[in-house]
Amino acid sequence: MFIYLFLSLLLLSAGAYHLGRKRAFVVANGHIRKLHSLPSFYGSYTALWCFLPALIVFGLWITFQQGFIIDLVVAGMPPELRNLPPDQLNLVVNDLKNLVGGNFVSSAPNPAMLAAADHYRHLRTVGNAALWVTVLSLAILGVVHAWRAISPTLRARNRVERVVNVFLIASSTIAIFTTLGIVLSVVFESILFFQKVPISEFLFGLQWSPQTALRADQTGSSGAFGSVPLFAGTLLISGIAMVIAVPIGLMSALFLSEYATPKFRAVAKPALEVLAGIPTVVYGFFAALTVAPLIREIGTSMGLHVASESALAAGLVMGIMIIPFVSSLSDDVINAVPQSMRDGSYALGATKSETIKRVLLPAALPGIVGSILLAVSRAIGETMIVVMAAGLSANLTANPLEAVTTVTVQIVTLLTGDQEFDSPKTLAAFALGLMLFIVTLILNIIALQVVRKYREQYE
Amino acid sequence: MNKVISSPDPLQRNIKTIVNASLPRRHAAERRFRWYGLIAVSLGLAFVVLMFGNIISKGYPAFWQTYIQVPIQFDPAVIDPQGNRDPQALQSADYAALVRAGMRRMFPAVEGRLELRALYGLVSSDGALELQNRVLQNPELIGAEQEIWLLASANVDTLIKGNIERSLDETERPIKDNQIGWVDQLQAAGQIEKQFNTILFSSGDSREPEQAGIRGALMGSFYTLLITFLLSFPIGVATAVYLEEFAPKNRWTDLIEVNINNLAAVPSIVFGLLGLAVFINFFGLPRSAPLVGGLVLSLMTLPVIIIAGRAALTSVPPSIREAALGVGASKLQMVGHHVLPLAMPGMLTGSIIGMARALGESAPLLMIGMVAFIVDVPKSFTDPATVLPVQIFLWSDLPERAFVERTSAAIMVLLAFMIVMNGLAIILRKRFERRW
Repeated sequence: MFIYLFLSLLLLSAGAYHLGRKRAFVVANGHIRKLHSLPSFYGSYTALWCFLPALIVFGLWITFQQGFIIDLVVAGMPPELRNLPPDQLNLVVNDLKNLVGGNFVSSAPNPAMLAAADHYRHLRTVGNAALWVTVLSLAILGVVHAWRAISPTLRARNRVERVVNVFLIASSTIAIFTTLGIVLSVVFESILFFQKVPISEFLFGLQWSPQTALRADQTGSSGAFGSVPLFAGTLLISGIAMVIAVPIGLMSALFLSEYATPKFRAVAKPALEVLAGIPTVVYGFFAALTVAPLIREIGTSMGLHVASESALAAGLVMGIMIIPFVSSLSDDVINAVPQSMRDGSYALGATKSETIKRVLLPAALPGIVGSILLAVSRAIGETMIVVMAAGLSANLTANPLEAVTTVTVQIVTLLTGDQEFDSPKTLAAFALGLMLFIVTLILNIIALQVVRKYREQYE
Repeated sequence: MNKVISSPDPLQRNIKTIVNASLPRRHAAERRFRWYGLIAVSLGLAFVVLMFGNIISKGYPAFWQTYIQVPIQFDPAVIDPQGNRDPQALQSADYAALVRAGMRRMFPAVEGRLELRALYGLVSSDGALELQNRVLQNPELIGAEQEIWLLASANVDTLIKGNIERSLDETERPIKDNQIGWVDQLQAAGQIEKQFNTILFSSGDSREPEQAGIRGALMGSFYTLLITFLLSFPIGVATAVYLEEFAPKNRWTDLIEVNINNLAAVPSIVFGLLGLAVFINFFGLPRSAPLVGGLVLSLMTLPVIIIAGRAALTSVPPSIREAALGVGASKLQMVGHHVLPLAMPGMLTGSIIGMARALGESAPLLMIGMVAFIVDVPKSFTDPATVLPVQIFLWSDLPERAFVERTSAAIMVLLAFMIVMNGLAIILRKRFERRW
């Protein structure tokens, strides 16, 4: 429906381009060099006049249409419905929307509701028709305006370029707005959360059980929001992952850049990077269905108690996922070390491994630390593997064979399914998100800074 | 110099022996170090092989599905008691009864309610739908008798594929002794066969493993990625062009740069929180819709495209720009006519890699409700939908062995898409990359 209107608008603009171009030829009277700009700029000028005003109205219209129609319908309802308290009125409006959409409704529709639904449909039809007329006539008006404005002295190029420039600048601010949006959305909900749960309890509490009681006298659902076990669990799993990923990733990078033949390197490096391209949900599946049972079996045969959702399984698989990050980042770093340093070491009679251990690694250390920090931030924020392979219960333990839960797992469990936006349970997820954002941001900033400093040192 | 080396200076000889004596140890350390490196690389490669091997070995049987040949009599008394071929009546007839009658005719000796129910359990409930479709398409069938291949139930399918241990105690397997007996009889009579699994690609999600397919998820992924591409590609290219070609070097552009680099490393789940708080709660967009999913994913993909785009723009040599400006092009013409076309292959490569990553992303989509159980195949950008990785996540939670198989098959499809997209990016880079 809206798509068709948009497409017709596009089509109209294409027509406007041709009209404007032709018009430029006509006003030039055969002397094209008298035109201020190339004819195609007059075409673009006309097309922009056709497209932009209409698009703006179009956008505003579809943003506000539904709310406006609902206001009108509610105003037209019988008084006993209209004067309901706001929350019940909300329910009625929801029912109405479902009725109009042809979905199930919570109660048998009464005549007043049916009438309101008819009213709604009618208004919607009228509204849509009006939208078509408004948008298309605006587009045509724009074309007419541009058509009349075209003259040899019109600085069409400058105007078109100004519009394009504005578009470019606007695009580049989206990154800022995204960050702002992230910060505002998590901070706003977190403030609401900290009004209900003191911030000291959240930061230092050792208990996490976000189920709040429905009734005051209910047992076992006190609703404790101490995030320490979650961060401990996150650190445990990330720690296991780093224990796997750092040695393997670093040694692979060293081997591939210092020892491997170019042929082997050309095959092995992309093959390792395949690991980075595999979706994390696949790792999660692998962890939950293959690695976890395997670890459990091995552990039980050695007489150990292993939880079926052990931290070890999740950490192990996460480590595999992180290997390519560590290896390709350290590869860059190692290659940035100047060859002259290696040559100096060889000239003193050092073997290759001695050169690596005594010269290369110390020289590359800041960069390697930076890449490891980036990998840690990746591990902390990783979600799917832990959602599928780690547990839900918040244990404060350092035993990798037990089940622990992580920050990301809790965010997902708190926010999937139905939610109400005033319960501390839902808001807690945003507070956790805020913590996660801050921690990863700090890690990233330090890591990027370290790596940049290091690069400059050898440039 | 010569003299020094040849002279039997005790100090010199001493150093030489010390060094020589240490050489075996040092060379051993060298070899060891080399081995560590080789082991690390092989471990990494082994993980790749292991993952793919594991997924493929679990998933490939899912591309075949078991069918049972059942003699169906299209009994007019059941389908069309009035005899007027009223489409309404044909639509609502009890086709399941036909399937049951067919099963009874194959095994007339089976009696008793429990036994019969076990017998009916061999075929999927999809059979009735299949018969209904056939009759609606071709009402001539009524009264005829035909041998029809009906979809077997998931348990029979699992048994045929050899994934149920027959030696287990009857109470510990999902399929009972008498059912196994019937299946063996059918197999001996050639009335069971495995056909290519079209259902996997043609239907939406289902609670019955044998009827569940990935078409809904594929379409959801398609709509989501379409939105992602339409938004993030133009905006990403515009941002890269602005930052690289137009932006003055000042604090504001520095801020933008730092921002983009940081966004690239923000955990994906945080983008999900943003989507939930801003798009759904603030703007009131529908939950579970590909529209919102696409918006969230395009915010995630933007930094990737911008960073790749800037790299592609910097690789275009300044001489091109100077030549364009020299013949009188405006700055925008210089970019639009010369720099951008030359940088486009690099930008497209970056975008395809970004899109491949978006295709595999699931965590932020969990936040905005794209994890619902949705049977219908989505038809528009605002229909409730799920995406392929989330479908994998949903199926992986289900205990049935048949779903494990289907999950692996869905993963294979997802990986195939990733490989195609990344391959495309590599080909694009190889074919159009220019060295200046």
